[in-house]
Amino acid sequence: MKNSLFKYCLRLGDNSLILGHRLAEYCSNGPYLEEDISITNTSLDLIGQAEAILKYAAKVEGEGRTEDDLAYKRPEIEFYNVQLTEQPNGNFARITARQFFMDAFNFYLYSALKESTDNTISAIAAKSLKEVTYHLRRSSEWVIRLGDGTNESKIKMQEAINDFWRYTSEMFEMDEVDEELIAKGIAVDLKPIQDLWNKKVDEILAMATLIRPEDAYMATGSRKGYHTEYLGYILAEMQYLPRAYPTAKW
Amino acid sequence: MSNTIEELEKQFQEKIDNEIKIEPKDWMPDDYRKNLIRQMSQHAHSEVIGMQPEGNWITRAPSLRAKKILLAKIQDEAGHGLYLYSAAETLGVSRDQFIQWLHEGKAKYSSIFNYPTLNWADMGAIGWLVDGAAIVNQVSLQKTSYGPYARAMVRICKEESFHQRQGFEIMAKMMAGTKEQQQMAQDALNRFWWPSLMMFGPHDSDSSRSSLALKWKIKRETNDTLRKRFIDKTIPQAEFIGLKVPDPDAVLQPDGSYKTGPIDWDEFWNVVKGNGPCNKQRLDHHKRAHDNGKWVREACIAFSEKQDKRKVIAN
Ligand SMILES: [Fe+2]
Ligand SMILES: [Fe+2]
Repeated sequence: MKNSLFKYCLRLGDNSLILGHRLAEYCSNGPYLEEDISITNTSLDLIGQAEAILKYAAKVEGEGRTEDDLAYKRPEIEFYNVQLTEQPNGNFARITARQFFMDAFNFYLYSALKESTDNTISAIAAKSLKEVTYHLRRSSEWVIRLGDGTNESKIKMQEAINDFWRYTSEMFEMDEVDEELIAKGIAVDLKPIQDLWNKKVDEILAMATLIRPEDAYMATGSRKGYHTEYLGYILAEMQYLPRAYPTAKW
Repeated sequence: MSNTIEELEKQFQEKIDNEIKIEPKDWMPDDYRKNLIRQMSQHAHSEVIGMQPEGNWITRAPSLRAKKILLAKIQDEAGHGLYLYSAAETLGVSRDQFIQWLHEGKAKYSSIFNYPTLNWADMGAIGWLVDGAAIVNQVSLQKTSYGPYARAMVRICKEESFHQRQGFEIMAKMMAGTKEQQQMAQDALNRFWWPSLMMFGPHDSDSSRSSLALKWKIKRETNDTLRKRFIDKTIPQAEFIGLKVPDPDAVLQPDGSYKTGPIDWDEFWNVVKGNGPCNKQRLDHHKRAHDNGKWVREACIAFSEKQDKRKVIAN
């Protein structure tokens, strides 16, 4: 049970950490200043969420590690973020698509986790939900605006949706970790969340005059710590200082 | 009754002399407006270009807390850019135009941002020294004669002093840390000390624009006065955490102030003219982001036009 809860927290925390990191990379690259600020805001929310959940993960593990140890000293194979979160920024449509898919997932996930029997998880979920509700509204609006904007923006938005589609089933995968925690009321069943997610995606894509891609090959592996090649580079950069100067405090 | 230019100028100067703020709709001499457009847009561009040297370390911030603080700090700077562009727009120039002038090299930004950030302590040095120097200048500008600029400064100053403390905290932490961290901190101070002093601009004796700006109270104090205030405040802070400013001639005087060595003005003018280590990199980055965002901005316009049409049809 302790191991399952630890791993479950890492999944949640790593999703926020890696997506937050990707958004942080975009700082000073926004299409205009107001949007630059908004993306940094989302990034800050996500890193804050990661900090809270990883802190709890460290406590659950009980080995004396901190949230920073978990973020900065773990190897790639022990990261459990879904592969979608680690995909490179590319153009603004790609950032929007990646964000929308994750926001919709997080919105329904945290809505359900608010009722978790684990007090810490339910408290973090309740706090995160406020932020994620706003994120989802923003990213939905962007999908619609770009989809129904110019011809060029429509093409770019559709391409981004198509390219990232293969990474959208991984977030709903469940294994023995989920089973054990669902039985205790700590975790939530992802099947109904997937149904809600599908409905939301269909609704927004329709409003955006975009086409929902067909399911083809769907990426998998993050539940076991397998990632795309991109995660290694994220960690190489992110973990550089704590690993190069292991005794230093910052 | 129509006023002659002379009368308008006289009334304008009376307002200035009586500390009455000039507001956007008030009459103002052309050169006053031009002087403000130049200074305020330069200030706005500095906030925005300044996001880059610090942005360079976001992905390598060594703790979650450090990453959040750095991100929030850079976001504040973007916000300062926004206030300042809005304040500058009251002079009748659009933000697009300001950005175009920046890209064409017709508008400048503070040369300090043309230096690279080479180690993590640079995040401390920038907050402590660059924001520190900016505060000294901006506190003085809270009393500038143009209302929108003065009000923007009041808002901005509160955040800047927070940045300065956070920067100093990074330096202090590193000086209390390992030998390598101490070396990084000293190295950062060595590289940022002189450029920070140059932020105040040329000596009063060489500053052509100063006298008119002072008469109009756009500037409230001279470059050398402000620079000296910064030096006297900062050297003791450096010494307090065990750092040494890279100036062999710096000596404490009996009155508690510091006498410092000569500034290398050749370096200053060289960087101003575009030959600093990062001038091209910073401007290219800004142009690239702006160009990459063009289709997004166009999509926003197209979408809102469609929405407006739909509303008309629906009604
Ligand atoms: Fe600022
Ligand atoms: Fe600042």
